[in-house]
Amino acid sequence: MSMDKKLYTLKYTPDANSHLKPDLEKCKTCKAKICTIICPAQVYSCGEPVTVNFENCLECGACKIACPYIGWEYPRGIKGVMFKHG
Amino acid sequence: MVETKTDIIVAGGGPAGIAAAVTAARAGRKVILIERGKFSGSKNVFGGAVYAKAVREIFPDFEEKAPLERRSVKHNFALLGKEDFTVISYGSAHSSETETYITERGKFDRWMAQEARKEGVIIVEETVVRELIIEERGGKKNISGVRTELEDYYADIVILADGVNSLLAEQAGLRGKIEPKDVALSIKEVIKLDREKINERFGVKADEGCIYQIFGGPMLGIVGLGFLYTNKNSVSIGLGIALNELISRQVKPYDVLDELKNHPAVAPLIKDGELLEYSAHLIPECGYKKMPKLYADGVMIAGDAGMLVDNVHWEGTNLAMISGKTAGETAVEALNAGDFSAKFLSRYEKSLRETFVIKDLYTYRDVMEVIHKHAGEFLGYYPQKINAFFKMFTGVDGIPKRDKYHAFIKSIFTDRKISKLSKDVAGMVKLIWSIMK
Repeated sequence: MSMDKKLYTLKYTPDANSHLKPDLEKCKTCKAKICTIICPAQVYSCGEPVTVNFENCLECGACKIACPYIGWEYPRGIKGVMFKHG
Repeated sequence: MVETKTDIIVAGGGPAGIAAAVTAARAGRKVILIERGKFSGSKNVFGGAVYAKAVREIFPDFEEKAPLERRSVKHNFALLGKEDFTVISYGSAHSSETETYITERGKFDRWMAQEARKEGVIIVEETVVRELIIEERGGKKNISGVRTELEDYYADIVILADGVNSLLAEQAGLRGKIEPKDVALSIKEVIKLDREKINERFGVKADEGCIYQIFGGPMLGIVGLGFLYTNKNSVSIGLGIALNELISRQVKPYDVLDELKNHPAVAPLIKDGELLEYSAHLIPECGYKKMPKLYADGVMIAGDAGMLVDNVHWEGTNLAMISGKTAGETAVEALNAGDFSAKFLSRYEKSLRETFVIKDLYTYRDVMEVIHKHAGEFLGYYPQKINAFFKMFTGVDGIPKRDKYHAFIKSIFTDRKISKLSKDVAGMVKLIWSIMK
C-alpha cells in the first residue's frame, strides 16, 4: 500500500508554516539523507536540499534524534495530525 | 499577554499527566492540565494495553466505565524464521487481579481526561506549552510556570508529562542527549476485522483478547520486535525498531512492517482486513541509565518524559500512571508544606524508587546494551535455530531420528565457530547476571 493511502487514514489540520526546520546549508552537502529513510511518513524527500512535506508529519520525533541539524518543534495546538485510534 | 496563577500545572494529558492532575485535584488543589492535542489521546500511540493494577490506583472502577477493547487472556510469543515460525502461547481461563486490558489511546486517554475534569482538573486542550518560565529565586533557578502560544500560566509546581520527546525536560536541562540507540521508532496499523473473525483466528471468545509478541521475521538480527493486539473489531499490528538500527541498516520502517504483515505467521491473522489508521511514535528504550533526574526546583517529571518505560515487558502506561500519581502526591505535600525546592521534591524520586517503576528499570539497566551487542545471535541466529529444530523434529522424511539429531547438533558447531558459541554463552550469562545481580 502506498504511503499516501496510509496517511489518508488520518485527519490532518495543516499549519501554514513548517514546524520542521532542517538546516538547509548542512542539507545541501549531506550525503546520508537519513531523514528520507527513517521518517515513517516520508515527510522528507531527496533533493539538495531535501523537500519537507511537513503536512504529513506524524509528530513522532524520529528525525529530531536521527539528525542533529533538524530544528524540531510541535505544530501549533490546533494543527497537525490527529489519531482517532492511537 | 494573559497570566493565570494556579497551584499545579501539568504539561501533557496522557496517562502520567492525568494521574498526576487527578491525584492533586482530589486533595483539593487547583490543577491546570495543558494538552496539545484536540483531546487527550489524539496525539498518542501505543500497542497497546493498560494494566488493571495501575489503572485501579487512579480510577478504581475503570473496568465498568472505561472504553476497553478486550481483556487479554492469551499471550503469544512468536519466533519467526524467514519463512517458518514457532509460537509459544500462554493462556488462562481464569481472570485474575492483574488483568491486562487491550484498549486504544484515542478512546481511553480521552475517557480518563473526562473523568479528571469531573473531579475538578481544568483541562486546556489544543494548546502547546512552548517553554518553561524560569525565574531566579534566592540565587537559584526556579521553574515557576509555563508559556503557551496564548497565555502564561504560573504555578507553585510544574509537572512535566509531555512524553518521550519532552522538549520541556530538555529546556530544564534535566535530560541528557538522547541518541538514536536510546529510542525505538514504532509504527502501527489498525486493521478492521469482524469480531467473529477475530474470535475465530485467535481462538478467543466474546470480549477476550490476545497479544502477540513477535521476534525475527523481517527483523532477524535487528534490535526490533513486532506486536499484535486484538481490539473489538480490529487488530493493531506494528513494530518497534531501535532508531540506530534503521539508520545503520538504511531500512525504512514501513517496508519492514509490510514484510511482517506478509509473513506466513502473520498474514492469515490479518487477511482481508481494511486499514483504519496508520500511526507512529517513539518509545524510550534507554531505561535506568538515561533516566533524568526527576525533579528540580519547582518541577517534577513523570511518564515517558522521564524515560519510565520497561521495554522488556512492554510496560509503559502503568509506569506513567504510578509515576504521575506519585508526583501528584508529592506536589500536594509540597503545597501543604509551602516548600517547592528541589530538596523537598526529591521525595518524589525517593518514593518512586520504592515502587516497581524504578526497581524494574534498575533490574534491566544493562539489558539493552547486551541486546544491542548480541542482536545477531539472540534475535537472529537462535530464533532461526529454534525453528530449524522444530522443522527437524516434525519432519517425516524417512531419515532415522538418531541421524537427524546428530546432524542438528553438528550443525550448531559448523554454523558457528566454537569461539563464537562461547561468546554467545558468555553473552547470555552476562544478560542473566545483569538482571539477577
